[in-house]
Amino acid sequence: MHNILIIIKKQIRDTLKNKMVLIQFILFPVMTLVMENAINIDGMPELFFTKLFSVMYMGMAPLTSTASIISEEKEKNTLRVLTMANVKPWEYLSGVGIYVWVICMIGAGVMATGMKNEDMPFYLFIMAVGFGISILAGACIGIFARNQMTATSIVMPVMLVFAFSPMLAMFNESIEKVARFAYTQQLKTLMDDMAFDGIRTDSILILAVNAAMMAVLFFIAFRKKGLE
Amino acid sequence: MIRCNDVYKSFSGKTVLSGIGFDIGDGEIFGLLGPSGAGKTTLIKILTGQLEFDSGEVSVFDKDVSALSGEDRKNIGIMMDQFGVYERLSCIDNLKIFADIYGVSHDRIKSTLEQVGLKEAGNKPASTLSKGMRARLCLARVFMHAPKLIFLDEPTSGLDPQTMRQIHKIILEKKKEGCTIFLTTHNMEEAHKLCDRVALLNEGVIVENEAPDKICRKYNHQKTIKLHLSSGEDLIIPHESKSAEWIGRLLAAGSIETIHSSEPTLETVFLELTGRKLEEDEACITF
Repeated sequence: MHNILIIIKKQIRDTLKNKMVLIQFILFPVMTLVMENAINIDGMPELFFTKLFSVMYMGMAPLTSTASIISEEKEKNTLRVLTMANVKPWEYLSGVGIYVWVICMIGAGVMATGMKNEDMPFYLFIMAVGFGISILAGACIGIFARNQMTATSIVMPVMLVFAFSPMLAMFNESIEKVARFAYTQQLKTLMDDMAFDGIRTDSILILAVNAAMMAVLFFIAFRKKGLE
Repeated sequence: MIRCNDVYKSFSGKTVLSGIGFDIGDGEIFGLLGPSGAGKTTLIKILTGQLEFDSGEVSVFDKDVSALSGEDRKNIGIMMDQFGVYERLSCIDNLKIFADIYGVSHDRIKSTLEQVGLKEAGNKPASTLSKGMRARLCLARVFMHAPKLIFLDEPTSGLDPQTMRQIHKIILEKKKEGCTIFLTTHNMEEAHKLCDRVALLNEGVIVENEAPDKICRKYNHQKTIKLHLSSGEDLIIPHESKSAEWIGRLLAAGSIETIHSSEPTLETVFLELTGRKLEEDEACITF
């Protein structure tokens, strides 16, 4: 626990000076606040921008930031220094994962400010699940990639699929048929219903398969590459 | 402090280390000399438990290296050539991370930075440091928790002579404090200046393991004395008793400008033993 807290502290110090990661964390919450307050079109669904940007946020920020943090540490050889100082790989990965998850949840809290109080727990639950799966995906890429450039080139297509498919699915039925197998699309559907008793079994199944797949990929990447 | 016995290591069928054996006592500076690709970094990785070996025995602090506990590892400081620093963080913040990991008081950060000559640069981001300052920051990170055993992998590689001298001074201070230091280098002058004992490593085999002076004397086959006279003439005379009278006369007459005995350097010994130069194909930095 001691080393996990040190990693979290280090990440907080570093993020304040890392504009690339900082922007990813604050872009969507700020955009949500601006758009929800600035744009009001007749017939537009309630909390349209909040829901749209929330799905993009969960598919983008944790994925790219986790992959970027891990791959940068590998590229700059600071990760090796940490492991030589007796920081265990699981402590490092937990530290980064917890840090990204907490920061994203704060962002989700900001995005939820326009919501009714009774919807907030469900919304935050959905976001928490989405962030968790995205962090696993980001960690897979971070572990697998040798450096930041490789990480970015892998993250881009993955991020586009997960972050933008729910938006594209709103306009195209064929895309919707494929996108429904992505966790972000399922979470978007759940968010539209905004009720715990509206959660369907097929949604749970798809989310579980997505999470299990990410977990398996994560363990394969870790077993194959470690934190080298 | 370190015992290495008949260690073998190969990668994809290619033997990288072959029958490596040596003992390093407490408070000793042990130098491992060899050209690039000789197996120096591989050996450090084995000694620090970063890499498994095929056969042999390695013990550190009288324990099998694979059985070192977290507490044992806290008594080891490692500076590898390729180790990085957190670029966006200041020198102080870089050290704070490791002070927290090792449970060292933050008060020690200032004195450690002062020790390596980075007191003024404490609040500077590491990305703005020169190569020499960055090397000293890495040294500060190694020394901060006062480890008993320090591994330095080419600590002065590519640095300017002034920074090199500063780092040598720091290393010798650590020896005085009782640290055992394992140093790899391909700079024979550095090895001669710092090390109590050096091992010459070539293609994974230790070809010599002794005190630097002893090695040089052992391979002094020529046994000659070279004189440079004030007339500009160079004389090479046998290193024997009957030359003494003649040298005495030249000295009395004030005719000698310089006088050198012919012991070889570690470089020439290495060349004699292996047919290779220590700094082959590498930028050569001399003092």
